[in-house]
Amino acid sequence: MKEHLLKSLKKGVRYDGRKLDEFRKVTVSYDVSKSAEGSAKVTFGGTHVLVGVKMGVETPYPDTPDRGNFMVNAELTPLSSNRFESGPPSIEAIELSRVVDRGIRESKAIDQKALCIKVAEKVWSVMVDVVTVNADGNLLDAAGLGALAALKVARFPKYENDIIDYMTHTDKKVPLVREPLPVTVFKIGEYLLVDPLPIEEQLADARLTITVTGDNTICALQKGGEVPLSSEDILSMTDIALKIAPELRKKL
Amino acid sequence: MSEKLEIQNKEIVVPGQVLAEGMGYVPGKGTYRDDKAVVAELMGIVTVDGKVIKIIPLRGKYMPKVRDRVIGRVIDVLMSGWRLDINCPYDAVLSMKDGSSEFIRRGADLTQYYALGEYVFCQVSNVTSQNLTDVTMRGQGLRKLEGGRIIEVNAQKIPRIIGKEGSMVMLIKKETNCQIYVGQNGRIWISGEPEKENIAVAAIRYIEENAHRKGVTDSVKALMEKLQ
Repeated sequence: MKEHLLKSLKKGVRYDGRKLDEFRKVTVSYDVSKSAEGSAKVTFGGTHVLVGVKMGVETPYPDTPDRGNFMVNAELTPLSSNRFESGPPSIEAIELSRVVDRGIRESKAIDQKALCIKVAEKVWSVMVDVVTVNADGNLLDAAGLGALAALKVARFPKYENDIIDYMTHTDKKVPLVREPLPVTVFKIGEYLLVDPLPIEEQLADARLTITVTGDNTICALQKGGEVPLSSEDILSMTDIALKIAPELRKKL
Repeated sequence: MSEKLEIQNKEIVVPGQVLAEGMGYVPGKGTYRDDKAVVAELMGIVTVDGKVIKIIPLRGKYMPKVRDRVIGRVIDVLMSGWRLDINCPYDAVLSMKDGSSEFIRRGADLTQYYALGEYVFCQVSNVTSQNLTDVTMRGQGLRKLEGGRIIEVNAQKIPRIIGKEGSMVMLIKKETNCQIYVGQNGRIWISGEPEKENIAVAAIRYIEENAHRKGVTDSVKALMEKLQ
């Protein structure tokens, strides 16, 4: 099966007729959930991902008393693929949430100091929840794009006398200072491609998720797969990611 | 007691819908008798054939039937055979004696024949009332599928993809020069030149979506010519 895929890639033809560095049709719709502070639905062809942002007031962590809390959680629901089962999060789900988390955290995209209400006592916490509706390849990039889209539209709920009124939202937005976006480049044989189909994901030797901010600065990396990558590989993968990221950003 | 047909031929019906009243009508596939009425069990297109009323479902999982030729994936190698996923709620067992046209010695390494994750084109030889399914590899045209790619389609549309006496699949084979094996379980194996394969896949997807229409053969032909 793999030889067959490689034969096809050698001719520069993917199983759905795309070129190697071509994305499927990307759509982003906003505020799909009424109960979330911000939400987005992202589709890459058959891949559908919902992302919601919930906010609450919590006590800060002792080591960062003046910063708001930020958390990403991902769920690979059984409805999205027959590979996924309900129960505690799988390694895949943990990786998905951590890669999204790292991109946003390490780029310092959210001004966490602006989330502070009272030092060491009360801060806003921002929770990003990723739910897969249909897994048809490339969940990582879809989740990353969805998280960014949802954060961009998320607005604070009304907060008075220590009570949060989730029914009314203020105009105040989440303090987003950078816009990190992950692009995953897959390596199959000697070929590099983006936005893989499930079969390509399954047969891939290695992958590298490169998270890029608005000014094309790389802020996070995650490598997956069993085959090691050479430094030339990594350089050409980053080149592809830096080329793709601005195009993907236009969809927001 | 009067007999009355509540629906028209080729109408789309939903489960629980009364199709006909009276004992003169006989419930066929996808329907059942409730008191004196014939009631739909599935969502699909109803066919009235004389006194028999049956429903062709619009979609649904494959259920194994004896003599069906299906594409299975090896999910387990057992002591004396292989367990196959045949795209249905129940697994199938390919026993050692049916595993190959040649004799397989006891205690032989079964992965030499079919290893985990490989695909085979096999035939359903027995289905019990509990849906325990046996398949065989002894038969004309049955073989291990090496290389190529597998696509999965709605199993209910398979008859349309095959066409009358295989006419539709023959048309696709001829236009694209691909080898194509169609399993009744909704899996299709295709092997050919990469660009041609994509055309074959597009044609199959088109048939799957337009199976209920008339004159699909002509539009498939036009579609393939356009894509060439």
